[in-house]
Amino acid sequence: MLELKKIKKQFNGRTILDNFDMQVKDNQITTIVGPSGAGKTTLLRCISGLEKIDSGSFTLDGKPFDPANNRDNDNVIGVVFQDFQLFPNLTVLDNITLAPQLVLKQSKTDAEKRAQKLIDQLNLTGKEGLYPYQLSGGQKQRLAIVRALAMNPKILCYDEPTSALDPDLRQTVEDIILGLKKQNVTQIVVTHDMEFAKNIADQLVRVEPIKA
Amino acid sequence: MLHYVSQILPSLLSGAWMTIKIFFWTLIASIPLGILASLGLTSKIAPLRWILKFYVWLMRGTPLLLQLIFVFYGLPIIGIIFQRYDAALFAFILNYTAYFAEIFRGGFQSIDPGQYESARVLRLTRGQTLRKIVIPQVIKIVVPSIGNETINLIKDSSLVYVIGLGDLLRAGNVATARDVTLLPLVLVGIIYLLMTAVATYVLRKVEQHYRAWR
Ligand SMILES: Nc1ncnc2c1ncn2[C@@H]1O[C@H](COP(=O)(O)OP(=O)(O)O)[C@@H](O)[C@H]1O
Ligand SMILES: [Mg+2]
Repeated sequence: MLELKKIKKQFNGRTILDNFDMQVKDNQITTIVGPSGAGKTTLLRCISGLEKIDSGSFTLDGKPFDPANNRDNDNVIGVVFQDFQLFPNLTVLDNITLAPQLVLKQSKTDAEKRAQKLIDQLNLTGKEGLYPYQLSGGQKQRLAIVRALAMNPKILCYDEPTSALDPDLRQTVEDIILGLKKQNVTQIVVTHDMEFAKNIADQLVRVEPIKA
Repeated sequence: MLHYVSQILPSLLSGAWMTIKIFFWTLIASIPLGILASLGLTSKIAPLRWILKFYVWLMRGTPLLLQLIFVFYGLPIIGIIFQRYDAALFAFILNYTAYFAEIFRGGFQSIDPGQYESARVLRLTRGQTLRKIVIPQVIKIVVPSIGNETINLIKDSSLVYVIGLGDLLRAGNVATARDVTLLPLVLVGIIYLLMTAVATYVLRKVEQHYRAWR
């Protein structure tokens, strides 16, 4: 379980998150909802260590945890960015296997074997040799998910997973997220889409804008 | 005429060899140095940034010819003495590194910051991120500009003439003056054209290689 206690985050003296508390339970889907500009992305960036918090603390499985200085490969926080941020110079397969090889020190064959399982599971079979620009929006997103999963993340975070997609792909994302839950992937999903949030959430957390 | 051509060709080719050596070593040294300097230009360390900005400003704002003369004829006055060839290489590498640094700086700045972040959450080190993700994308962006500079370098190399180095241009000029014929200079032009053609071909291949992805 990941626990956030009294997290405070400011930008240039403006408070975005103030004494923010949250618990992310294992194997559950925690959705973070709130209006645009409320600080949802900021919260996700704090959890994944991309932003330093100003005060407060995290614990992971009861132990103190600092996302911004997290080097333990058993505690990876995976992120599926809103714009995916795939690596355009690498093929689908290399996008997935790069970090497992360099960071987790998996052999190429090993990394590719694991990648192939995820590729098949998320319906990217046959795309292994393509470059990201050759994929559709939905395929790009699934690649982003596979790339994150290949690092065996403790928690997988999504920022607005429905925003860059056609409405008819929303169901697919739902299915993927619910499917991963069945495989005991702990997930945090940021969205401003209440209906989507309710469809998938085990727990719904609200982020409200702070009046200056 | 063919007889005359075969007579002067050896000296032209040996001049061309000098030109190629200067071209090659300048390129080999200036590109990596340019990448390093461009990282310095965007560094968080302000003094490093200032020094490099000044260096680039100086190199780009003054003629390469002046820099060449300065290194070979000027520096000895304060006790720094270079052989002709070393002086030429030193001045060329210094000059071209500055141009390449500017080109690479532009390349690095056009990389989406999200690329660094996505590499970071995947736990890649800074070096891995640069090598595997950022630099390939930068190279793709800068190849056309690097190509222009490369062609310029072939032609600029003739400036070593001024410090008395026996390059292609000098070889042609010597023969023309001695034999009172235009032919050597025409041949020199043809050899330069051949060299730029080869460079253009190689650059096109590199561009094609980077066209696999966008
Ligand atoms: N790096 C930053 N510097 C300054 N302000 C920021 C930065 N990132 C986000 N903000 C501000 O923080 C607020 C919350 O942003 P964000 O977390 O993106 O909201 P949401 O994702 O809920 O739409 C916004 O007002 C935004 O302008
Ligand atoms: Mg957001």
